[in-house]
Amino acid sequence: MLEAIILTVITAATPLLLAATGELVVEKSGVLNLGVEGMMVMGAVAGFAVTVSTGSPLLGIVGGAVAGVLTSLIFAFVTLTLVANQVASGLALTLFGLGLSGLMGESFVGQPGIKLQSLDIPGLTTLPFVGKILFGQDILVYLSFAAVFGVAWFLNRTRAGLILRAVGDNHASAHALGYSVIGVRYVAVMFGGAMAGLGGAYLSVAYTPLWVENMTAGRGWIALALVVFASWMPWRAAIGAYLFGAVTVLQFHAQALGIGFPSQFLAMLPYLATVIVLVAISGNRRATLFNTPSSLGKSFVPDR
Amino acid sequence: MKKLALLAGTALAFAIGAASGASAADKLKACWVYTGPIGDFGYSYQHDQGRLAVEKELGDKVETAYVENVAEGPDAERVFERFAREGCGIVFGTSFGFMDAELKVAKKFPDVKFEHATGYKSAPNMGLYNARFYEGRYILGQIAAKESKKALAGYIVSFPIPEVVMGINAFMLGAQSINPDFKVKIVWVNSWFDPGKEADAAKALFDQGADIIVQHTDSTAAIQVAEERGLKGFGQSSDMIKFAPKAQMTAIVDDWAPHYIKSVKAVLDGTWKAGDVWEGIKDGTVHMAEYANMSDETKKLAEETQAKIAGGWNPFTGPIVDQDGKERYAAGVVAPDGDLLGMNWYVKGVDDKLPQ
Repeated sequence: MLEAIILTVITAATPLLLAATGELVVEKSGVLNLGVEGMMVMGAVAGFAVTVSTGSPLLGIVGGAVAGVLTSLIFAFVTLTLVANQVASGLALTLFGLGLSGLMGESFVGQPGIKLQSLDIPGLTTLPFVGKILFGQDILVYLSFAAVFGVAWFLNRTRAGLILRAVGDNHASAHALGYSVIGVRYVAVMFGGAMAGLGGAYLSVAYTPLWVENMTAGRGWIALALVVFASWMPWRAAIGAYLFGAVTVLQFHAQALGIGFPSQFLAMLPYLATVIVLVAISGNRRATLFNTPSSLGKSFVPDR
Repeated sequence: MKKLALLAGTALAFAIGAASGASAADKLKACWVYTGPIGDFGYSYQHDQGRLAVEKELGDKVETAYVENVAEGPDAERVFERFAREGCGIVFGTSFGFMDAELKVAKKFPDVKFEHATGYKSAPNMGLYNARFYEGRYILGQIAAKESKKALAGYIVSFPIPEVVMGINAFMLGAQSINPDFKVKIVWVNSWFDPGKEADAAKALFDQGADIIVQHTDSTAAIQVAEERGLKGFGQSSDMIKFAPKAQMTAIVDDWAPHYIKSVKAVLDGTWKAGDVWEGIKDGTVHMAEYANMSDETKKLAEETQAKIAGGWNPFTGPIVDQDGKERYAAGVVAPDGDLLGMNWYVKGVDDKLPQ
């Protein structure tokens, strides 16, 4: 039973983790992209379309990431090049993505998809208990962990990561030092788009191999909340995503076991947990301020 | 997209009005409000198929418009009001949660005709229509009891409204008619439409020992989980056999086309009256997808029950005892429609506590 629960939690947490890791890098560079939901749903429709058209879920994943990048480029152009308000543009991107994906996906409604294969290593995957959990996942689950490792290492241990953080903390100084603020932010936003696209593709290719409009059902917003929840630290984002997945799945198990809580209360738990952790974290003001990118959401116009 | 569709519709209406004056007024505008996306391949999709059937049947005598993804509750009021102001002759509200909003707008616009699906409040210009889905659910219950090896089904549900409670009860009455000890585990996902959560709920139910899944939510996610695990289940609203060729035993398919065509025609003829129609297997509004993936014996039983229901027999015929052991209907007594539409109690044998 525990093994089954853990397996379900992994699938519930992976799309959140992928999108949150991407958004974390975007926000670290000082850009607030509220369009995660829109990029995710574009990734979902593109992932599904490519999978069904080519018969290859792997190509579908690539397609999802590409669609995420293309969608994020619209946002990047509008907010970085044309210096539009980031909050408004991000919200618009979500609405745009939901609409466009519905239009693009119209002919794919009612078609069964192809599920992404899980890893199967003879001898390892069949190990009792840990076999399926550690060695029987699909490639995106491993990728989500690789991304957490990679982003943590990149931000804290590399020169490029230092530049990205500098751009996010004080774009005027970074610019004065000769770094291309806009360039760095373009790359960060595109990375965020790719990760959100992957998260969306995970939904339509691995989680539930089908395409229906709005299938992300608010997961992009949860990913956004997770970034704040994690106070911009990749490891905490992973913990948050799994905590969220675990509470969601456990409340279904509690219901099926007939534990006499009102189901609405159980459904509320994951969100309640987020709020409680947010309150707990914000108690430690210095640590929070230390991690918050100071230029977050502020537009930058180079003054020559 | 919904905005685009609306804009395009309005622009078109203006264009026609400008070009040919009076002829636009002769055309009846029929409008639909959906709670989900028409691309859900479930509940809203089937309603939209009905709308398309109206367009096909009545051709240039009508024009249609729709808004999808409308949140249930007070917010829906704006959509109904806009349709009423835009010159819709008849507006269909297709979900239970639109009831109060639609009623409010109907009272404000006495000249516009309204119809509301699956609810119980009406007005002189607001009729009711519904489908007796519970007839199909009774058959599902019998199939589940015959085919389950563990005498345990998992049941994924959305919100505790009479329509859903009625479905659970009909399912259990069907199952108990085969095996009095049949059990059901119920999980509320508090959403009509979230494929991810529906899949998670299905996994939880299977992990806890159910080997058949029933759903009252709209996507194909749950039946796909059944397919993956080599277990069985039923489609919802649409025939989902393509998604689960080895798992779907049958599906309750909603066919709203006959009703919509009849209503829109009545408006055109000037014979429309606020009605209260509740059609089922007999009328073709509820029809069962092909029986598959079950033993011949079960299939025969299902077909016999279907014929019996089509012949006029009501699954809610007493004796029916509720959860607390109180007899609600004595032997031979048929539950009146009013009781069914306000149903807020479980029959005996359901372990869940009804959220109030």
